[in-house]
Amino acid sequence: MLRSLQGLVCRSLKLDHGCALHTAARGGLSSVSSQDVPAENLRAVFHTSESDPAKHTEQHEGRLYNIPLEEVKAVFPHGLPYRFQQQIQTFNEARVMVRKPALELLAYLKGSNFAHPAVRYVIYGERGTGKTMTLCHVVHYCSRQGWLVLHIPDAHLWVKNCKELLQSSYKKDRLDQPLQASVWLKNFKSSNERFLQEIKTQKKYMWGKQESTEEGRPLGEVVEQGLARVRSASDAVGVVLREIKQQSHRGSFRLLVAVDGVNALWGRTSLRKEDKSPVSPEELTLVHNLRKMVRNDWSGGAIVTTLSQTGSLFKPSSAYTPQELLGKEGFDALDPFVPIPVPNYSPGEFESCYGYYLERKWLQHEKAHTEDGKAELRFLSGSNPRQLDRLAGPL
Amino acid sequence: MASEKPLGSCPAYSYHTLLWDTLRLICTTTAVQRKNAGASGPEKYTEAFIKKQIEEFNLGKRHLANMMGEDPETFTQEDIDRAIAYLFPSGLFDKQARPLMKHPTEVFPEQRKIQWGEDGRPFHFLFYTGKQSYYSLMHFPNMTKSVSLLLTYIINLAGSRWLTKIELEEMLVEKMSDDDYSRFIRLLEKLVALPCADLEEKYIQKFSKEVPAQLQKVLIEPLQYDERGVAFSTGEGRRKTASATAVVYDNGTGKITVNGIDILHYFPVLQDREQLLFPFQFLGRIGKHDMVCTVSGGGRSAQAGAIRLASAKALRSFVTEKEVEFMRQAGLLTVDPRVKERKKPGQEGPRRKFTWKKR
Repeated sequence: MLRSLQGLVCRSLKLDHGCALHTAARGGLSSVSSQDVPAENLRAVFHTSESDPAKHTEQHEGRLYNIPLEEVKAVFPHGLPYRFQQQIQTFNEARVMVRKPALELLAYLKGSNFAHPAVRYVIYGERGTGKTMTLCHVVHYCSRQGWLVLHIPDAHLWVKNCKELLQSSYKKDRLDQPLQASVWLKNFKSSNERFLQEIKTQKKYMWGKQESTEEGRPLGEVVEQGLARVRSASDAVGVVLREIKQQSHRGSFRLLVAVDGVNALWGRTSLRKEDKSPVSPEELTLVHNLRKMVRNDWSGGAIVTTLSQTGSLFKPSSAYTPQELLGKEGFDALDPFVPIPVPNYSPGEFESCYGYYLERKWLQHEKAHTEDGKAELRFLSGSNPRQLDRLAGPL
Repeated sequence: MASEKPLGSCPAYSYHTLLWDTLRLICTTTAVQRKNAGASGPEKYTEAFIKKQIEEFNLGKRHLANMMGEDPETFTQEDIDRAIAYLFPSGLFDKQARPLMKHPTEVFPEQRKIQWGEDGRPFHFLFYTGKQSYYSLMHFPNMTKSVSLLLTYIINLAGSRWLTKIELEEMLVEKMSDDDYSRFIRLLEKLVALPCADLEEKYIQKFSKEVPAQLQKVLIEPLQYDERGVAFSTGEGRRKTASATAVVYDNGTGKITVNGIDILHYFPVLQDREQLLFPFQFLGRIGKHDMVCTVSGGGRSAQAGAIRLASAKALRSFVTEKEVEFMRQAGLLTVDPRVKERKKPGQEGPRRKFTWKKR
């Protein structure tokens, strides 16, 4: 009905994970016509013109800040929730809400000592509260600061629905996933171009019998190799990760390892080998290398991870704490970490989100503009960002 | 009592005869009706027959009392009903199909005695009109002419209604047509409108009945206060097989907990949450109350409906009477009578028949 109509007219947005974190403040577009004067007032309340996450403080809490669209394409080739991407397309702007968990994380990152081993942060919370968007906020900050960002959009994609599983040439009992690895390499390349030229390999790597990469070559060549020869893509990923890890403590760059859905690394997979026996995560090259990345035996950066129940396998839908989702193995591997809970919208944040929808004329229903409508929305969504977004869709 | 009828020495035999005597009394009507199913017109019971039935009933009543170990003198109809239900348990749904033992005047319909004497001359002067009781009623001779017109007051007919046509027919033991009935009602209305109507009030009240349904008032419980001083009230509700109790607290933020779980987790479907929202939205009190509910049984929709009813009932204590009336008219306070319909034999479900095959 309404939903399909909207899909025809303008693609309706669906936020998979996380809330409607909207980045506010159009710097150049704030000169407005007379009709937007009341909208300006609204904007003043809900938006900030501060588009640099480094300068976000408590006074910006609950407000939405804008990320310019070019930056979105550069920083987030992958990693934004699907619904949020649709919202960006509909509203023609990317607005992220500044929330307390993100501010907390940013404060930790600003104050962390990079000579010490990397600190691990685990963002957790119930479904649809904004974990992925918090992670994206942090990634944006780090990329603005010039860090090398290793962003794995959803680790669950690596442990399920894999069409091709090749036996690894490097280690006999491991399995390769060429498709996933090549996709990730492509996105990684587009987001971290300059680093790939700067970082040089420290060892010679053999790809099969003929090809090899010499020592001292830029890392970009390894990535090209992985993209060209899809068979060795997973190994290329492993090489990239290892090189970056080894060189990060030198101090020439800071490294941020951002993993969404980190509980996939220690759960079960839904993949099967040819003899129908189940595959455990250690047998996958990608997962194995990623686990090494997430260990805190390197310094010069930080590891920010998110737990996600939505894509997880064999976990009940009511599980959201680190204990439940990581299991004993994962918890021990990640321990010690800094837990960062992400709650539902506070009343102020709810007002902000609602005001944004009103301002962008997303809520078309006449009752939605009233106080009663707002109370109804608040009740029915339970102040959960995802529910609010889904509710506001057909309205 | 045992000496009235010579009973055998064996106690089983006495029990047997007593049972069968009462049984005979119970089953006589059906037996008689069955035999004369093809007979013309309704059954004619003679006076002697009715008298004999009454005697047998009283006798049977005393026997029954003796059987149950009660005092025969103070054995009421209620006791009889209970005893019969105990001795002849029946699983039939239709209450009128179960064994019953009632006074013959209730069992046998009233019938006209013979209206003329031995010489063939009818007793009543209006016999040849064909509807003698109707016309005797219409011709109301006992109208006392009252002199004082000052003492007029209108009879209070506010909570009463006139007898229906069927009730009037039963009273007069005579069939009448719709026209006759409407004429009679018009006459009664005119009588009530006359100034001297109050004197004949007793007569008129024979033809009016109280309507008790409106006079039932539902008690609204007052608010209770818990140890923190917050006002709260409880309500219960049912829907299909689910039953719920809700405790609504004042000065709240709109948080609702069901069986210890937040409603967002307990009712993932929007429709159920909308059902819970309805009473609060109707009264405009969405964010003002907290609620703690327990619910069991039924399915997802039934539980939501049960909680809705329970919360509406609890909210009555917080709200004015007018708003309670509005809630009742909106259907928030009515128990939903829809339950699963029974499957019938010869059909696949309650309504669905088996696939019809031509051959």
